[in-house]
Amino acid sequence: MTFRVHVRVMPRTGLLDPQGQAVEHALSALGFAEAGAVRVGRAIELDVDAGSRDEAEARARLMCDKLLANPVTEDYLLAVEED
Amino acid sequence: MTRIAIVRFPGSNCDFDTLRAAQSHGAETYFVWHRDTDLKDADIVILPGGFSYGDYLRTGAIARFSPIMGAVQRHAADGGPLLGICNGFQILCEAQMLPGALLRNAGLTFVSKPVDVTVEQTDTAFTCDYEPGARLRLPVAHGEGRYVASPDTLRMLEAEGLVVLRYVAATERSPFQPNPNGATNHIAGICNAAGNIVGIMPHPERASDRLLGLTGGAGFFTSPISSHQNVATARTQE
Repeated sequence: MTFRVHVRVMPRTGLLDPQGQAVEHALSALGFAEAGAVRVGRAIELDVDAGSRDEAEARARLMCDKLLANPVTEDYLLAVEED
Repeated sequence: MTRIAIVRFPGSNCDFDTLRAAQSHGAETYFVWHRDTDLKDADIVILPGGFSYGDYLRTGAIARFSPIMGAVQRHAADGGPLLGICNGFQILCEAQMLPGALLRNAGLTFVSKPVDVTVEQTDTAFTCDYEPGARLRLPVAHGEGRYVASPDTLRMLEAEGLVVLRYVAATERSPFQPNPNGATNHIAGICNAAGNIVGIMPHPERASDRLLGLTGGAGFFTSPISSHQNVATARTQE
């Protein structure tokens, strides 16, 4: 079976996120004063061939730990859907 | 003669400068392609600056899986001197051969200018020719140089003296702002506990020849070369 995996990689809370700050300033300059605590991360999507949804998620988790996210500075969230 | 391998990744762009700097200090220098698996009997290995793999995903994240990195890891595990400059430092962090990570500069802009640093640790393969506390002016050129690490790692680095270079505050003598990138504890370079693996953001290869206007970086080349030659001489005499 093929599963579509959605990975959301975000800078770890508490770490300075200068990109998020710059976007927040830009939003504020555009008149969106209500926007706050902006953080900028990265979204990655991939197909994973696996026997089950759990297996697909376990493999995707391994991919995140080894490459897709930096364990020192980033956290990730996974969503797995059946194709 | 001391053999220095400069590893080239697709996107390395300080490879020739580094080769020339090492050569001018008396080493036999040569390039090793990232797809190679053999360092050809290198005594010293340098990962030069640049933008390996276009900095895709994260700086250094893809280069770390290059075929040559197995040989680089074995070289370092055997105690061989290994220096990562700028992108090379980012690769060493991604490969977890040095702790921590290098993130986007706090000011978001690419910073290319000379900075002042102090040599905090001289008991390493690449800084033993410096006096402790020596103040150097070296160029930096990076967009991702903000060193970060977990509080435990930072405590360990400071307690064990593994911070090699630190950006220093501006003084009357220095027109440069300290800390060009927001690095934690003003860290510009670190080493492993054995001192054979060193990673630094500044570019010593751009400050190792009077023609270039700055010579403070020469020690990063003379240190490992003279150490290696001393060891080689001692072996011959035995």
